[in-house]
Amino acid sequence: MAVANTIPAERVAQNKRSGSLITLDDLKVEYLSPRGPVRAVDGVTFDINPGEVVGLAGESGSGKSTIAMAILRILQPPAVITGGQVLFGGRDILAMSDSELEDFRWREVSMVFQSAMNALNPVMTIGDQIVDAIRAHSRTSKSDARQRAADLLDVVGIEKARIDSYPHELSGGMRQRAVIAIALTLNPPLMIMDEPTTALDVVVQKEIMYQISELKEKLGFSILFITHDLSLLVEISDRIAIMYAGQIVEMAPARELFEHPLHPYTQGLMQSFPSLTGDKKRLTGIPGSPPDLISPPSGCRFHPRCPKRFEMCDKVVPKLAEVSPGHLVACHLYPEVRAESQNHGD
Amino acid sequence: MAIEQVTRNGAVDPSGYGGQPVIDVRNLTKHFPVGGFVSKQVVHALEDVSFSMPRGEVVALVGESGSGKSTTARLLARLIPPTSGEIVYEGKDILKSEPRHASLDYRSDVQMVFQDPFGSLNPVHPVRYHLERPLKIHKKTRGRGQTRDRIHELLDIVGLTPPAEVAAKYPYQLSGGQRQRVAFARALAVEPRVMLADEPVSMLDVSIRIGILNLIERLKEDHGISFLYITHDIASARYIADQTNVMYAGRMVEGAESTELIDEPAHPYTKLLLSAVPNPHAGLRTEEAPSRGEIPSLIDPPPGCPFEPRCPYAMDVCKQEMPGISSLNRRHWVRCHLYPAGEAAAGMSGKLTNVSVQVNVRN
Repeated sequence: MAVANTIPAERVAQNKRSGSLITLDDLKVEYLSPRGPVRAVDGVTFDINPGEVVGLAGESGSGKSTIAMAILRILQPPAVITGGQVLFGGRDILAMSDSELEDFRWREVSMVFQSAMNALNPVMTIGDQIVDAIRAHSRTSKSDARQRAADLLDVVGIEKARIDSYPHELSGGMRQRAVIAIALTLNPPLMIMDEPTTALDVVVQKEIMYQISELKEKLGFSILFITHDLSLLVEISDRIAIMYAGQIVEMAPARELFEHPLHPYTQGLMQSFPSLTGDKKRLTGIPGSPPDLISPPSGCRFHPRCPKRFEMCDKVVPKLAEVSPGHLVACHLYPEVRAESQNHGD
Repeated sequence: MAIEQVTRNGAVDPSGYGGQPVIDVRNLTKHFPVGGFVSKQVVHALEDVSFSMPRGEVVALVGESGSGKSTTARLLARLIPPTSGEIVYEGKDILKSEPRHASLDYRSDVQMVFQDPFGSLNPVHPVRYHLERPLKIHKKTRGRGQTRDRIHELLDIVGLTPPAEVAAKYPYQLSGGQRQRVAFARALAVEPRVMLADEPVSMLDVSIRIGILNLIERLKEDHGISFLYITHDIASARYIADQTNVMYAGRMVEGAESTELIDEPAHPYTKLLLSAVPNPHAGLRTEEAPSRGEIPSLIDPPPGCPFEPRCPYAMDVCKQEMPGISSLNRRHWVRCHLYPAGEAAAGMSGKLTNVSVQVNVRN
């Protein structure tokens, strides 16, 4: 099978020249199962520029968290990276040795996981955990590390005096701030945030989101922000990629995506969130449920649920193609996509 | 109307809701003991909560975790006994009238649907079994043929087709949304008048949540079932609920017809909650820094308003006593010292909306 769902190579090349921070090129990850491989990530290509926030949205099982773990090379069997490249500063992360990885992780890319409660060690103070993270990756004296830990807590909005608190003494929001502090220890150029606020209440979520965007302005790191909450993503992201069944089906600047969604799946997602304002209209959601990735539907993976499908949808795999500046979509409704998909054949 | 909700002597003016409410909750309080055997500490999970469930309507309870929403549902389902207060169902205080059959009637009339569709179905039994049991226990059908027909009918109502095929499936063969539909069918089997839905969509994928919300709407319209819909997502409350009540730290602080609550919130906490909902139209960066702080400890809470420590309008009196109910109009009430008590506040709804909630920028 030809490479599905890729951005034209010349575009990737162009991005590399313009100095993107990280480039995923045709990344493929499979989970081995007794029934056959589950193609969790199937040919994903995108890049993140310095200082940019790229949002990755999709339902559970669409492959967004798998991408995050593949970038950090923390996938565990039965997950296997079966193809593609992840280029960071010209080096392919997927080809790094263990010692290179040790240098790379946390220094270049750090990660904030969804559940703050589980990410922290319950029997260590948060100060000690930050000190640990600092000293694991740099030669720093204990007292210097402790000083830096206190500063980091301050940066994320926790009083320095709380440095000797245990996680259970902190609220959910403060624990999540502490986790962000740990991710900031080495001031990495890229932070991956996987549903960092999903377990929190909206008011606390707002505080954390505000804090994150403030830190980003100050420190200039890039973020790969993963969530199923499109409204949240539109608020924080510069660009958004929508994933469905292991593939990117649409990618565009946040506002453009929000105002002019092109893929029927994205349009369906927009029809899935009740709004706080405007007319109370009846929403339809998306009928059916996401496919089994062991034997995904032929052609476009969304076609069984798509209200706009036509003859070619179950036969030809749609490729991501640029239909307006910066706006890529993989749907046969658009002539650019049809041309691209047929050129490359299947 | 809100005033009537708290009078204990039954002087409920039905006009506000167009008839006798199906459930009237009065001064409901629940304390959970915490600490060791000899500890006298209690968590004030629910404190003096009163509200009505109008017949054939959806009432939403919104609030953060720990605000007492689920405790309210569990008390109404009689999964736990209250510390004090009354639950009046069809005019009778069900906590007092205790002949066993009355209790059984209530338990069949009032059904609960839980948050987790993965945990609420027994994995070793097919869908059919889950629907058969309530039909048998509550003697709703006679004979196999009738039971089977009713099961198919129930599956059809909740949108699981073809029913014969679905009935034979096991929970693991169903998606989360389908499982939640089975949970609704199971609750429907005993022909309830009231359904208590505790975060029924929060564990489901976004693209299928709306389907479940639309199902609730349909059960209300076609079957006249009254719903208590518990959620932390205030936009979904606006979507399906006729009335929305806001909870904070075990208290019910405001209630109104859903669109009015969102368009003209009266309580400072409601405003804060609304301002925190992600809004793609406004964007994050243009906003001021949000308020900070979290729900206070519910162990030995101070006597005043629980929102006082975070409230930009806090006054001395707020520390001293919990405000009573101010009635803004027929269906809109608030518990906040900013409003004169009783009916005197009529017409004040939304009066504070042009004063945006002040936020404390952290330095």
